[in-house]
Amino acid sequence: MRNIWTIASREYKHYFISPIAYVVAFLFLATVGIIFALTILNANDSALYYPSAPDASSVTGPMAFLLLLTSPALTMRLLADEQRMGTMELLLTAPLRDWELVLGKWLGAFLFIATLAGVSLIFPLILDILIDPGIDKGVLFVGYLGVLLVAAAMLGLGVGISAMFSNQVAAFFVSLVIFVIMWWLIGVPASLLPNGGEVFRYLDMASHFYESMIIGVINLADIVYYLSLTALGLFTGTIAVEIRRWR
Amino acid sequence: MIRVEGLTKDYGSRRAINALTFEAQQGEVLGFLGPNGAGKTTTMRILTGYMPASSGRATVAGYDVMEESLEVRRRVGYLPETVPLYTDMTVFDYLKFMANLRHLPDAEARIDETLELVGMADRAGGYIGKLSKGMRQRVGLAQALLHRPEVLILDEPTIGLDPGQVVEVRNLIRDVGRERTVLLSTHILSEAQQICDRVLIINKGEIVAEDTPSNLQMGLEGATRLLVRINGDTAALLEKLGELEGVQTAKPGAEKGEIELNLATREEIRPEIARAVVSGGFDLLELRPIGMSLEDIFLQLTRDNSAGGKSKE
Repeated sequence: MRNIWTIASREYKHYFISPIAYVVAFLFLATVGIIFALTILNANDSALYYPSAPDASSVTGPMAFLLLLTSPALTMRLLADEQRMGTMELLLTAPLRDWELVLGKWLGAFLFIATLAGVSLIFPLILDILIDPGIDKGVLFVGYLGVLLVAAAMLGLGVGISAMFSNQVAAFFVSLVIFVIMWWLIGVPASLLPNGGEVFRYLDMASHFYESMIIGVINLADIVYYLSLTALGLFTGTIAVEIRRWR
Repeated sequence: MIRVEGLTKDYGSRRAINALTFEAQQGEVLGFLGPNGAGKTTTMRILTGYMPASSGRATVAGYDVMEESLEVRRRVGYLPETVPLYTDMTVFDYLKFMANLRHLPDAEARIDETLELVGMADRAGGYIGKLSKGMRQRVGLAQALLHRPEVLILDEPTIGLDPGQVVEVRNLIRDVGRERTVLLSTHILSEAQQICDRVLIINKGEIVAEDTPSNLQMGLEGATRLLVRINGDTAALLEKLGELEGVQTAKPGAEKGEIELNLATREEIRPEIARAVVSGGFDLLELRPIGMSLEDIFLQLTRDNSAGGKSKE
């Protein structure tokens, strides 16, 4: 556990001196903020169509989508850069298990996203003040839990992909393509196929969030889905590091 | 402290090292010499647990490098050829990170001590990215020494250092080597001569010679060759010396007044030679064995190791 924390805290601190992390943080919070502001400004007009006050989903909805674009930027260098700089040799000859290294890298990135999510709590807080008698705290809690689970899964897969490359740009694009497939494209066969579409529907990353957690519904299947993807990513990363040793 | 038996590593169809067998004891500095691509780095990477061997066995500090890799890594300090540093960290933070990975209890005191040892105490707060190559090399060395390892493995430790720093680092390695086992690779032969108790010459993945630098220098040839320098013409003396018992051949040397003798024996016959020179009416200016330089031995052994033969003790 101590090794994981040592790796994670270095990564976490590194984000605060990395320009890419600041760009990610800015885009993430600015976009969520703009969408949130527009939602509030248009609340009266849209009340005609949506006869209810805005809730936390106006924040968690865009956040989950933004993770699709930002998490590859946060994970791309995690292991690929160690390989490029030669520091992988340092880590792989330190008394550190391969899975501890991969898990530590993931945890550092996850804590960074969690920090951004924490900062974004300012928006639901404002909403809570504006709306009488306040927003539904259940929707808020489950929505944020969903965002963190989506982040965990994307960062897990991103770390796994980063472990396979020495070039962080390659790691970025491969992660992005995989996320686009899992977020959007995998849902297409689900709606087209007369039979057997359930498998694709289950694999659809977006539906596990937008059909349940965003409106405050907790399904065990959704939680298991995101945790399984996280574990798959971390396992892939560990195997990729292991394979590096053999090459 | 390091025991290697039949260690072999294949990269696909290419054999990087072939059935290496050697040992290094505590308190010994073992030099690993060889041209680029000879298999030095591969061997070191296997010994430090970075990569597994294809076959064979190696133990470091009593632990098997493949079966008990973590135990080995706890006890080894390793400086790879490309010094692995995080350039965005300060020297202190970098060493603190490594100390945490090694679970050192008194990390800060150890860091201060080690920085003092490598002469970097005044640069603890500096960013590694701003340091010169020589200083980075010393930070790498500090990282390897931080946990006071039983075994120190250094891949080209003095590369990129200026002459003053080279002397300091060599002295440091010699000091460390008094209590610990040090395995260092180099292609600087004079370095091996100065700091290694024993050298191991490796070429194309195989050990072609293993001995102390001085024994290697005496070499097969060097022990049985003598140089005689006299004042005057050597022609008249050549025949006389060639007839002496124990002398195989006598031929003129490279310089005027020099004679090179190939001896048929390893016994001390220099007094007889000296007497023969003086009784022949010549002035004897010099009489000394001609040892091959380590460079000569290295070149000869690595030029064609299949024909070169082995000179193991």
